[in-house]
Amino acid sequence: MNWRVKVERRVSYPRFFPTVVLLFSLLGGFVLIGLLFLISHVNPLFALWKIFSGSFGSLYGITETITKAIPLILIGSGLALVFRAKFWNIGAEGQLLIGAIFAGYVALNLGPKLPFYVIVPLMFVAGFIGGALWALPTVILKLRLNVNEVISTLMLNYIAAELLNFLITGPWKGKTQMGFPYTDDFPHSAVLSVVPGTRIHLVTLCLALLFAFALFIMVYYTRFGYELRVTGDNPDAARYAGIDFMKVTLIMMIISGGVAGIAGVGEVAGIHHHLSYPSSISSGYGYTAIIVAWLAKLNPLLTILSGLFFAGIVVGGDAIQVSLGLPAATVQIFNGILLFSLIMGDYFLNHRVKLVVREAP
Amino acid sequence: MIGITKTFGNVIANRDINLQVEAGEILGLLGENGAGKTTLMNIVYGLYRPDSGAIKINGKPVSLSSPAHAMAQGIGMVHQHFKLIQNHTVLENIALGYKDAPFLFPTRKVAHDLRRLQENYGLEINPDVYVWQLSAGEQQRVEILKALFRGADLLILDEPTSVLTPQEAQGLFRTLSRLASEGHSVIFISHKLDEVLSICNRVTVLRHGQVVGTKDTAGVDKRELARMMVGREILFDLKRKDVKKGGVVLEVQGLHVNNDRGLTSVSDVSFDIKAGEIFGIAGVSGNGQQELVEALTGLRPIDSGQILVNGRDISRASPYTINAMGVSHIPEERIKFGTAPSLAIFENAVLKQHGNRAFSGRLFLDFASIKEHAKRIVSNFKVRTPSIDVPVRTLSGGNIQKLILGREISGKPSLLIASHPTYGLDVGATQYIRSQILQLREKSVAVLLISEDLEELVELCDRIAVMFKGKIMGIVAREDLNLEHIGLMMTGSHARSACEAGK
Repeated sequence: MNWRVKVERRVSYPRFFPTVVLLFSLLGGFVLIGLLFLISHVNPLFALWKIFSGSFGSLYGITETITKAIPLILIGSGLALVFRAKFWNIGAEGQLLIGAIFAGYVALNLGPKLPFYVIVPLMFVAGFIGGALWALPTVILKLRLNVNEVISTLMLNYIAAELLNFLITGPWKGKTQMGFPYTDDFPHSAVLSVVPGTRIHLVTLCLALLFAFALFIMVYYTRFGYELRVTGDNPDAARYAGIDFMKVTLIMMIISGGVAGIAGVGEVAGIHHHLSYPSSISSGYGYTAIIVAWLAKLNPLLTILSGLFFAGIVVGGDAIQVSLGLPAATVQIFNGILLFSLIMGDYFLNHRVKLVVREAP
Repeated sequence: MIGITKTFGNVIANRDINLQVEAGEILGLLGENGAGKTTLMNIVYGLYRPDSGAIKINGKPVSLSSPAHAMAQGIGMVHQHFKLIQNHTVLENIALGYKDAPFLFPTRKVAHDLRRLQENYGLEINPDVYVWQLSAGEQQRVEILKALFRGADLLILDEPTSVLTPQEAQGLFRTLSRLASEGHSVIFISHKLDEVLSICNRVTVLRHGQVVGTKDTAGVDKRELARMMVGREILFDLKRKDVKKGGVVLEVQGLHVNNDRGLTSVSDVSFDIKAGEIFGIAGVSGNGQQELVEALTGLRPIDSGQILVNGRDISRASPYTINAMGVSHIPEERIKFGTAPSLAIFENAVLKQHGNRAFSGRLFLDFASIKEHAKRIVSNFKVRTPSIDVPVRTLSGGNIQKLILGREISGKPSLLIASHPTYGLDVGATQYIRSQILQLREKSVAVLLISEDLEELVELCDRIAVMFKGKIMGIVAREDLNLEHIGLMMTGSHARSACEAGK
């Protein structure tokens, strides 16, 4: 007798099954994370409690969580779109930064001359265009020269970050910032108003909710969404059906890059009020949003929930850094493990793994 | 091999097969697609185990449990699709998996031995070039060397000439003769009669998983082999009404199309199809049929020539435009092209037609009408499914094909292009789809039917063209049909000479 592991494709499953798998993979992820806490001599249950009480347990925590959820929802819903067509845009971080740069240009140059009701929409439009422009070359490279989009989008992140570094230490360096590598502060007309006592910039929050909803409608109810889903599911069938691959990919990447750009606008105009180091503007939202989209099962509407969840982890992670003395990388490890377990979960959703006993020949 | 039987589920792939190969002999194994040739050879190579029967090598019964085991017994196989690693050199490919190679620097010892082997058999090839730089014929030579290197006494070649140019094929034949004269045995699987007759000593013909007969090639001619292969008993149990033909729907003039490698694969093809006519294209697959269909449906650019549908030039139109002009297409690889497997049945029911007014506005899809349409297809075409909301991947092959057929027919086409529409389907689904195609004919639709199944073509078609190496060898009307002529044309004889040979 010997044991053998047999893997077969799961053809059909009950309706609730994906949710069960999702919960189990989250649970599995938390168990792994718990082991990490154990290694650092921290009670894992206590640490988890700290994280979620830090982010959802107080009014301050909740407002911070919402603030950080804004870019995650925006980017995540855009990524849900392109991931569904199996176009792996890892470049949202760079698209966000370029959006911020475009908004910064508008704010610093036109801000003093124009009233807020002109300048704010202008900043968002500029941010959208900036993010979209940063996303487009990867589509051309992929479809014309067969360059893997994972590489091209990822590399463009570094170029965007260095471009921003160059601007804030060079030509755009602020005269009023006493030598700090920031641009001058945005004029009043270019600063987004916040909910009093918090950092929640309402306009961007509304845009995030609006995009999550609009993209949800787009994916599931429009002709374009249908073409996108067919393309992602079976590119050969899409070709057979006369679907224009170039058109579909271009449109969805314009949207995905554009919403990342809008997230960048929100960060600089709503929170920082000037351009500064890439890592302080974004703190990795473009990467975290990948997990946000995945946890939402690539459903743009559900990114509202998963965005809040991960924003909570970011905020709570900051809290345990202080209270438990854990390194700053903890949150990133946390997120990475969760992404792994979610992807593993997808495997078990589509495959049945069995142990079979076989008589020795 | 004695009394070999192998079944897959309800399908009997091999039934009670006896096969004998002698040392120094080249045995031809002949049969149509699905006749069981490949299954039989996979049993010899240890990939499948037979349900019953025995295999003896040099008189000793053996039980072949794996390819490694078969190799150790002196059996080597050259698959139709080569199993070489493209980014490795010839030498590395041969050293890979060779169990007597030393752990360190395995290629050194192999290089030495390989040179001797090459000299012995005249198999010239530079061992240091990468496999991707080689032509198909050269890659095949590497596969043969690999098998010989592992000490193969019996070499099995699965349709070895299907990927070769005529010159390369001649080279292969010389090699095989040389191997045979050195005492090796060869099993040569093919459905090309000429080749089998020219290089084999004996030939065994399979049909429907059974041996029809074994003949010495000296005492048999092409005609007789074709008859054995195709079989005489063809059932005309579908009712074919007389239909008045209409005007010309599809007209193809001087069409030239290149394949993916840039070689001409459709050359100077001209024909026309009238409304209410079923026009068949017979031929061994790989003779340009797929490229022809792709050109007609806009999936492949044409090199020169013209394609007219209802008098309008579609030579350079996109698949979408062509479909909008009333051309439906049942693709050859239905799983690969015809459906998006994770999408629901109702979503797949409008693939290609999703832009039509009936199913979609400028922006939004009209799900109510799409679902109604899907329900109609499912009930009219007897697609067996629990509901129209389940993903297509949960359906069986036959049901997917019914769904595609239903979708393509419901668009009320003026021309239906059907590529191997019943390939791999069970008898029931096959007959159903054939009867639906005949019904279309009665509704004055022009049908282009590409099939390797001569029975199917004879049952359905008004005229049959035979394609060989990208050319149409001849077009035969139903009244003048003679299976043997068709079989001969499939192997490259021209219409007139085929007729004469048949008389």
